Amino acid sequence: MAGAAAHDHHDHKPKGWVRWVYSTNHKDIGTLYLIFAIMAGCIGGFLSVMMRWELAEPGIQIFHGLASMVYGVEGDSAIDAGKSMFNAFTTAHGLVMIFFMVMPALIGGFANWMVPIMIGAPDMAFPRMNNISFWLLPPAFILLILSAFMPSAPGAHGVGGGWTIYPPLSTSGQPGPAMDLAILSLHIAGASSILGAINFITTIFNMRAPGMTLHKMPLFAWSVLITAFLLLLSLPVLAGGITMLLTDRNFGTTFFAPEGGGDPILFQHLFWFFGHPEVYILILPGFGIVSHIVSTFSRKPIFGYLGMAYAMVAIGAVGFVVWAHHMYTTGLSLDTQRYFVFATMVIAVPTGVKIFSWIATMWGGSITMKTPMIWAIGFIFLFTVGGVTGVQLANAGLDRSLHDTYYVVAHFHYVLSLGAVFAIFAAWYYWFPKMTGYMYSAAIANTHFWVTFVGVNLIFFPQHFLGLAGMPRRYIDYPDAYAGWNAVSSYGSYISAIGVLIFLFGVFEAFSKKRVAGANPWGDGATTLEWQLPSPPPFHQWEQLPKIK
Amino acid sequence: MRKIFASAVAATASLASVAAYAAQPTPWQTTFQPAATGIMEQITWFEHYTLWFIVPITLFVLFLLAYCIFRFRASANPVPSRTSHNTLIEVIWTVGPVVILLFLAIPSFQLLTAQYSPPEDAKLTIKATANQWNWDYEYQNAEPLSFNSAMLADADRAAAGKEDRAAYPRLLAVDNEIVVPINTLVRVLVTASDVIHAFAMPAFGVKTDAVPGRINEIWFKAEKEGLYYGQCSELCGKDHAYMPIAIRVVSDAQYNTWLAAAKTDLPGANKALMAETDGAAKVAAAGN
Repeated sequence: MAGAAAHDHHDHKPKGWVRWVYSTNHKDIGTLYLIFAIMAGCIGGFLSVMMRWELAEPGIQIFHGLASMVYGVEGDSAIDAGKSMFNAFTTAHGLVMIFFMVMPALIGGFANWMVPIMIGAPDMAFPRMNNISFWLLPPAFILLILSAFMPSAPGAHGVGGGWTIYPPLSTSGQPGPAMDLAILSLHIAGASSILGAINFITTIFNMRAPGMTLHKMPLFAWSVLITAFLLLLSLPVLAGGITMLLTDRNFGTTFFAPEGGGDPILFQHLFWFFGHPEVYILILPGFGIVSHIVSTFSRKPIFGYLGMAYAMVAIGAVGFVVWAHHMYTTGLSLDTQRYFVFATMVIAVPTGVKIFSWIATMWGGSITMKTPMIWAIGFIFLFTVGGVTGVQLANAGLDRSLHDTYYVVAHFHYVLSLGAVFAIFAAWYYWFPKMTGYMYSAAIANTHFWVTFVGVNLIFFPQHFLGLAGMPRRYIDYPDAYAGWNAVSSYGSYISAIGVLIFLFGVFEAFSKKRVAGANPWGDGATTLEWQLPSPPPFHQWEQLPKIK
Repeated sequence: MRKIFASAVAATASLASVAAYAAQPTPWQTTFQPAATGIMEQITWFEHYTLWFIVPITLFVLFLLAYCIFRFRASANPVPSRTSHNTLIEVIWTVGPVVILLFLAIPSFQLLTAQYSPPEDAKLTIKATANQWNWDYEYQNAEPLSFNSAMLADADRAAAGKEDRAAYPRLLAVDNEIVVPINTLVRVLVTASDVIHAFAMPAFGVKTDAVPGRINEIWFKAEKEGLYYGQCSELCGKDHAYMPIAIRVVSDAQYNTWLAAAKTDLPGANKALMAETDGAAKVAAAGN
């Protein structure tokens, strides 16, 4: 009977490429996501280093040369193509880092790997949907890469509208096919995320082990649950907005074209209705991760667990009603601006609760400064720096001067590039022994931290000064007075790039030395369920469901 | 005598450059550009005011982290406490930030309201239309005056008499500046002809998007004579970095002379005005 064959599939691990391409195993899919995120992160990082190289001095240094190398143009048209190429780099850097690095790493990677294990589930609720969630990403990424080689504006290649792709620059401003490919790329990446979000919500609501009530669930699972809801509610709005862009571009509609009765500002409302929750999508899983790490290495339970969980719920909920603080200079009425100032400042309260609860978790603990803890504490401090400048920018009256300057660039890189990315590395060093069974070299990992910490602060702290002095964002060239801080910022970028190489070397070293990590390398502070399994966990875990007291 | 002359020249040079620097970014600058309007003074004040909150908060968090790392290190505190709740402290760190936010919100709302409450009716209205990649300005007087303003190309510096790169910096200097009288409420109606741009003038504390099909209104009342620079502040394509905005604030008499001449001969009127303003700075300096 067929039943006999079905019986012994428990430990059956498909061999070769079939295991990965047809995978329905949450751990294998999580691994695929992580590999994808590392590769995309290297590409996105490369784009940013090229931009910083360009901005190291006033004038145009490298992009006319890059343009003539890639697009085969010469002379003045190389300069023009180079200017457009710089815009394409800023755009691609943003899109790649958001959709193809941070989201795949935190949600597709770590959440896929750890949430089922942490809630005592054998796998995700919809394993095949999990597979398609991942395998939608490479085509989306390929479409985005292809767009870089397609014509956009006359004499230009690649999408140069910024990751916000505001019309009319993204419609009549760039008639070539590059933008269409990018829109399709976002559609596919969005569909992938929506499917993933449905999977997480179903898994977390239905597949918790007996006794694990929502109020006993690990905070990382909480953070992923909230993130999944944000994805589910915000991404369809983006999909609608960019579909309207697509029809404006190709089928003669005028949703965003004033000459046909449309309004370019409508797109900005739709975009930021997605875009603001999106920034919380990027950071919330990091909040969850940092809570576990701080608790583990302080050997103390998380302080104010319920407050932490509901602070994230509050951040997620309020995150949906603050979108127009990205639009203070678009001509919003005074009362509208007053409302968005007020609503935005409210978010500082639950965020403050989280920061202080992390410190209170450390208070009275027995703290060991292992690599994940160093990254997590780096996260807390740098996220605080980015958070307080966010409180400044929330004030429309002050944002008048700072909007679209480097101050904003510094702010959102402190919360994302130094916040979300530090959380990703904290998670990497926390769970790497669990996922692979190998222990990395702490010396290399700590060197990675310090090089990165110095590098990113050198990049982004001086950008506050540039922003105050008035330097606008997305400029390939700037008045000579801005040269000093730009040079510092560029050197920071080179140092951070060395940090990435140290990271990759550390991964290589860990896999070649094969130091056995053991089931729980972090001691009795690590209390969540993944540490009760061997490292790496069996192909199928929790065949006997764990009981939660 | 020669010594006096030499020092006068030196003073001229330094003072002229100081006057010019008052309106544009300077190397290694770490703060806002000096304010030329009351609104920008208020913005600057508010920015400093917020720093009194956010810097101590950040240092406090840093101190607490460092204290925990040191005081509660495993070797010093081998047995961790099991405390995971303290209602009082949780209430404090929820209510505390609310109080701090109230302290920020009150001046913040006052500043925002001030930006939308011009103290008097506008005496001069200028329509600014952004194009890829230059600006059209229209003085909406009884007899309208319109001209285009684009970034000054290096090749045109000599012809325009703008070879002084301190006063007319690369990427900031334009061929035709907006000229406005001092202490006059000027209204600017901002729109765009193709894609979204943004009209920004840091020293005046104004910035608004130039959106096709929509007119955004801003106002300013410049209180110091001088030449002020801003740059397009919304990504608008290839030459986004190359469409600066320049406003020259002059006395009423100079403005009236310029306006009368500009209707027939804009380059001539600009040159006459430059001779007077740039020269006046030198004369004033030499007079000291």
